[in-house]
Amino acid sequence: MIAMQGIQMDLVSEDRLAKMPPVEKIRFILDEVKSGKILVLEKGLTPEEEATLIEMTMTQIQPDDFAGIEMESYPSQTDSSLIGKLFKKNVVRTRLTVIGPANKLKTLKKDRDMISAIVSNK
Amino acid sequence: MGVIRSFRKNFSNFFKKLFNKKNARIGIYGPPNAGKTTLANRIVRDWTGDAMGSVSHIAHETRRARRREGVTIQSNGGSISLDIIDTPGLATKIDFHEFMEQGMNEAESKRRAKEATEGVIEAVKWLENLDGVILVMDATEDPYTQVNVTVIGNMEARSLPLLIVANKVDLPESSPTTIREAFPQHPMVAISALEGKNIDTFYDEIAKRFG
Ligand SMILES: Nc1nc2c(ncn2[C@@H]2O[C@H](COP(=O)(O)OP(=O)(O)OP(=O)(O)O)[C@@H](O)[C@H]2O)c(=O)[nH]1
Ligand SMILES: [Mg+2]
Repeated sequence: MIAMQGIQMDLVSEDRLAKMPPVEKIRFILDEVKSGKILVLEKGLTPEEEATLIEMTMTQIQPDDFAGIEMESYPSQTDSSLIGKLFKKNVVRTRLTVIGPANKLKTLKKDRDMISAIVSNK
Repeated sequence: MGVIRSFRKNFSNFFKKLFNKKNARIGIYGPPNAGKTTLANRIVRDWTGDAMGSVSHIAHETRRARRREGVTIQSNGGSISLDIIDTPGLATKIDFHEFMEQGMNEAESKRRAKEATEGVIEAVKWLENLDGVILVMDATEDPYTQVNVTVIGNMEARSLPLLIVANKVDLPESSPTTIREAFPQHPMVAISALEGKNIDTFYDEIAKRFG
């Protein structure tokens, strides 16, 4: 059988990620992206998880092998309700996020409610 | 004699701790090349006479975070003491080829890339030890980037104050309005860190947000 040429894109449901502890979640994303896949996360990551993902990505960068990730999400929305204020920890509503290897995924244009990206297999 | 002196010193330290709350720690964040160090240098020079770090048109010039303690800023008749941390530019990708395009040789470029990755890690780690953030954006560039979204999200999640700086407004192609429209829920001040344009408004905002 002849394998179809192309780039695999996985649409990851909220449930799939919700089952994972944060460490495993970040590991999963990074492994998938390093293997060349583009991930679309239905509900994205919390700001803390995004920061951890950036940190982990930096440890994986290798010249001529892995240059890092392209990640695009919308500004998160904070629920600054009374409960949130009371506990000094706001509930952040996370949003759709696209993550891919930096050499395959390029953001063309992004604004508050639209992300245009280009995927290329070079 | 020595005993009395050390007693006095301890005593005054005790009162300092009791009454003077420690300086607010403010991190200067943003993507590479936004002008963070240029701004940090200006702040530190304006209020202490020193400088903070080196500036370059090549990205990832700052690869170690630098802290300057006790910078006292006067504004509107009040004063506020801050610890200022100039951080390495945040990025999700670092490709050494970009440094080679700027004329560095391969070994140099690879070393710079390696140090830059460590710098990003350091900047991310600092996020947890801050009382507020100045997020510097290059007003000639698209503000909707993951780095900006992540920094803002982390400050919001912790209910910490954030001041957005739209930098490089001396350039004709700059558009601070685009930045304001992108993040309307946060205060923004448009400046030129290089030329000092609007810097007094910036200090007023600092006193207001972090005071
Ligand atoms: N025109 C203009 N250029 C500026 C301004 N501020 C900084 N620059 C220039 O932008 C470039 C980057 O400045 P830096 O202060 O090194 O930027 P940085 O954010 O510290 O960069 P990294 O440390 O690499 O993350 C330099 O060439 C500066 O001279 C400004 O207000 N206007
Ligand atoms: Mg710098």
